[in-house]
Amino acid sequence: MSNTKKTLVLHLGLLVVLFALQFVLPAYHHGNLARIMVLAAYAVGYNILFGYTGLLSLGHALFFAAGMYGMGLMINQFGAAPFPALIAGLLAGALVSLALGFLALRTEGVAFMIVTLMFAQAGYLTVLYFGTYTRGDEGFVIQQAERVLWCIDLSDPTNRYFAAFLIFGVSLLLTLRLVQTPFGRVLIAIRENEERARMLGYDVFAHKLAAVVLSGTISAMAGAGYGLLFGYVGASFASVQYSIFPLLWVLLGGAGTVLGPFVGTLFMFYLIDLSSGLTSAYMLIAGVVLVLLTLFAPQGLVGELRNRLWKELP
Amino acid sequence: MSLLSTRGLSKNFDGLQAVSNVDFDLPEGQIRALIGPNGAGKTTFVSLLCGRITPSSGSVSFDGRDISKLPAHKRINLGMAYTFQITSVFANLSVSENVSLAARKRVRGPSVMTVVQQVLDKVGLADRLDQIAGDLSYGHQRLLEIAMGLAQAPRLLILDEPTQGLADSEITAFKSLIRDLSSTTTILLIEHNMSVVMETADIITVLNFGEVLAEGSPAEIHANAEVQTAYLGTG
Ligand SMILES: Nc1ncnc2c1ncn2[C@@H]1O[C@H](COP(=O)(O)OP(=O)(O)OP(=O)(O)O)[C@@H](O)[C@H]1O
Ligand SMILES: [Mg+2]
Repeated sequence: MSNTKKTLVLHLGLLVVLFALQFVLPAYHHGNLARIMVLAAYAVGYNILFGYTGLLSLGHALFFAAGMYGMGLMINQFGAAPFPALIAGLLAGALVSLALGFLALRTEGVAFMIVTLMFAQAGYLTVLYFGTYTRGDEGFVIQQAERVLWCIDLSDPTNRYFAAFLIFGVSLLLTLRLVQTPFGRVLIAIRENEERARMLGYDVFAHKLAAVVLSGTISAMAGAGYGLLFGYVGASFASVQYSIFPLLWVLLGGAGTVLGPFVGTLFMFYLIDLSSGLTSAYMLIAGVVLVLLTLFAPQGLVGELRNRLWKELP
Repeated sequence: MSLLSTRGLSKNFDGLQAVSNVDFDLPEGQIRALIGPNGAGKTTFVSLLCGRITPSSGSVSFDGRDISKLPAHKRINLGMAYTFQITSVFANLSVSENVSLAARKRVRGPSVMTVVQQVLDKVGLADRLDQIAGDLSYGHQRLLEIAMGLAQAPRLLILDEPTQGLADSEITAFKSLIRDLSSTTTILLIEHNMSVVMETADIITVLNFGEVLAEGSPAEIHANAEVQTAYLGTG
């Protein structure tokens, strides 16, 4: 088998397994996995910017929340149907990321981290400020009747699982394709050696901006999907915590790998889930495991796999 | 006609005049060597040409067009290529990906690999296609950098000390590569190795303290007393 084929088989294989799991998983894990898949799509979006382009953002909650509120407010304030609401969420994410990219990409390194963090914080405060519409910290619920997409009730666990699967599948296949396109290769080149990429004639700013928008829009898709599938929109999703999560997930799973974001999200979710079942000091256990991982698998789980066993893994 | 020319080109680094009021003309098809002692301003001068740094004053034109205001990537896309003095390859990517990135600016699809094969053949790295660039020896990284320049098929190729770190046999191969190339490409070559300069250059420009000290054929430069004292060492 050629390398491209093996890669395709591996990634499609994961999707097949995820699809099949819904028939065997007990209800509790079934629900968890739906959640994990949507959050993993968020991590996939984050990974395009951090893992492939080499830009560390601390403000991705802004995009996640833009998608979530773009969708949620359309339903809640304007009585829109789920599909146009989802599109509104995507558009909100695309616009916000375009604006943020345009401003933040004037800076580099630590300054970029700080600027993205500040913009996301401003977004969070905006959500609180317009509490009349957003209901601030408390958030608002999207009623079951408002979550029926083309006669499919998204609050039903089976439908919800399938929708989550679609969101994740699209984001995964998109990245897999992206890293094989000339555009994706240039992003990697910029991550590796920006000055060299520029001196080969590539417009570095334009490529980075496109990466921010792509990353932000996928994050917004995840945010919109999360709100719609789980029926709740709240300010905590715009908080700094939700900017740190995708960074952690991607670091754990392996930055700059296509599978890393999913593996990291799954791992972290169950790490916290299992350790909180054992003891009330679960954060301690989770913390220790995370430290061990950074010591022994600094490239993340999939990154280590690539280093040791499968050099060509994208 | 000049492919490249500068007028009054200067660069000041906090009071240090690295390049000072340089008027420079490079006719199409020429191999021009740029020589001068360490710190003479050679790298700074070519960086001003390709837009890596902005001048304090003066202008650059390429192919009859003023390019002083263009950012680096646009100048490169007009047909310039620049190889770095301090080796700058994509160290974590394969040799073939390094060259592909250069080639994809002008060809797409299967032709990319054809170009990659061709230029790696020319510099003698054809058997190292799949190696990680950072694992190559220093000399081979220099050759890779030259291969990337070739893959761009530029009209003007600027090479900043390309033979530094190469073995004697590789230097010999480099000389004939440059001569072959000169039928299609104008070359601006910064070089410390005098045998390379004397055997390849049509015209030599000598830079000293950021100023043009002399310009002429290899024989003229060799005979120039000022150049002897500034650079070649007296006698
Ligand atoms: N970014 C910079 N900031 C400050 N000074 C600089 C900078 N770049 C170069 N210089 C100074 O400008 C002068 C010219 O440097 P340049 O690198 O152009 O010389 P060069 O002729 O290429 O030398 P070499 O043969 O050693 O490569 C030197 O004195 C150098 O220290
Ligand atoms: Mg130099």
